[in-house]
Amino acid sequence: MNLAERLLKGEKRAVARLISMVENHDSEAVEILKKLYHKTGNAHVIGITGPPGAGKSTLTDKLVKALRKEGKTVGIIAVDPTSPFTGGSILGDRVRMSELSTDPGVFIRSMGTRGHLGGLSKATQGAVKILDIYGVDYIFIETVGVGQSEVDIAKNADTTLMVMVPGLGDDIQAIKAGIMEIGDVFAVNKADRDGAKRTATEIEMMLDFNQSDWRPPVQQVIAINNKGIEELLDHIKSHMNYLKETGKLQRRRSENSKLEIIDLTQQKLINMILDKSKKEEMVNQLAEEVASRKMDPYSAAESILKNIK
Amino acid sequence: MDRPIRVLVAKPGLDGHDRGAKVIARALRDAGMEVIYTGLRQTPEQIVSAAIQEDVDCVAMSILSGAHNTLLPKVVELLKAENAEDILVIGGGVIPDDDIPFLKEKGIAEVFTPGTPTSVTIDFIKANVKRK
Repeated sequence: MNLAERLLKGEKRAVARLISMVENHDSEAVEILKKLYHKTGNAHVIGITGPPGAGKSTLTDKLVKALRKEGKTVGIIAVDPTSPFTGGSILGDRVRMSELSTDPGVFIRSMGTRGHLGGLSKATQGAVKILDIYGVDYIFIETVGVGQSEVDIAKNADTTLMVMVPGLGDDIQAIKAGIMEIGDVFAVNKADRDGAKRTATEIEMMLDFNQSDWRPPVQQVIAINNKGIEELLDHIKSHMNYLKETGKLQRRRSENSKLEIIDLTQQKLINMILDKSKKEEMVNQLAEEVASRKMDPYSAAESILKNIK
Repeated sequence: MDRPIRVLVAKPGLDGHDRGAKVIARALRDAGMEVIYTGLRQTPEQIVSAAIQEDVDCVAMSILSGAHNTLLPKVVELLKAENAEDILVIGGGVIPDDDIPFLKEKGIAEVFTPGTPTSVTIDFIKANVKRK
């Protein structure tokens, strides 16, 4: 039985292997995804993002347990950073999800960023498709602990859950561009700590400027004690209902597909151009000339492009 | 194809000390591997389930509690039941020399006792993972 058939039969090893193949740029995996792409689109994809230590994994663990009580199946993709020096990484988010490991209705996969910026791995989109074909009801993508500009998750999820904690900054942080703009639902975790109420109020004040007819709800939670989880899950589900009822789900997915197509085209083009000039040692020669100031980098780039025609 | 080796580092059983496991995890990371760390007090079932989902090349277990003769072979057995016997299984921690032949007979590829330089473990994994 081939991998595609095994995936359709719901074999976990096939899911796992296919995700590895996507991570390793295996062309066979791309062929399988081409064939089975029409089977995707059924899962509710939830992105979970927020600063390091906000409690994203613990929150994911609790949300998934609540969904399991309802009999829903879940896939989790947990992304952690890859070392820029060695290419190695420690993927440690499973530590907080130990009990889900043996749950047959849950599939957890850890991924290193492998040099990709934006809070996700390049292979995340592929992994989402594979889990969607595998047939889970919900897919959680947990980003690396983000800074202020890692907003890729919003292009990959139906609902983006922003996890904040008290004490990370003043109200000017809350009105900056970037990460704070992408939340569809906000969770203020560790709400038993000082300042939680203030953090929630600051987020609410920022949301007063919101132009959309969806006002992101702000929910205080204490993930470790399972407090506020049901309410948070309700907000996430209402967001999906809102997207469906207003027709925005289709629009959002179409916008995301556009970005994905452009991204794939760019990758292909760049690889095509660079493969050819690498083969001809062109990049190396040009680099020497630019470094010794015999040529400028703008003209060097142009001569690589000319070479393609 | 050039890709990082994926290793599951796990602490089976009931002991609560994972310093050694974390040292190994860090050393493997610095050797360019992707280390999936599962944390303390894992059952063999949890370890095998994680190994399958994470599609790892190697399972490295650290154990100090004395239950190695039960827990390590159990992991090998469960991997076999999942048709995943191609995953390399190694052990480390406080394990008496006398027990090592038994563990190897049960399918543990190598056992690293305290004092082993991390480079020895790294080289062993690199030389023995089965998947290209």
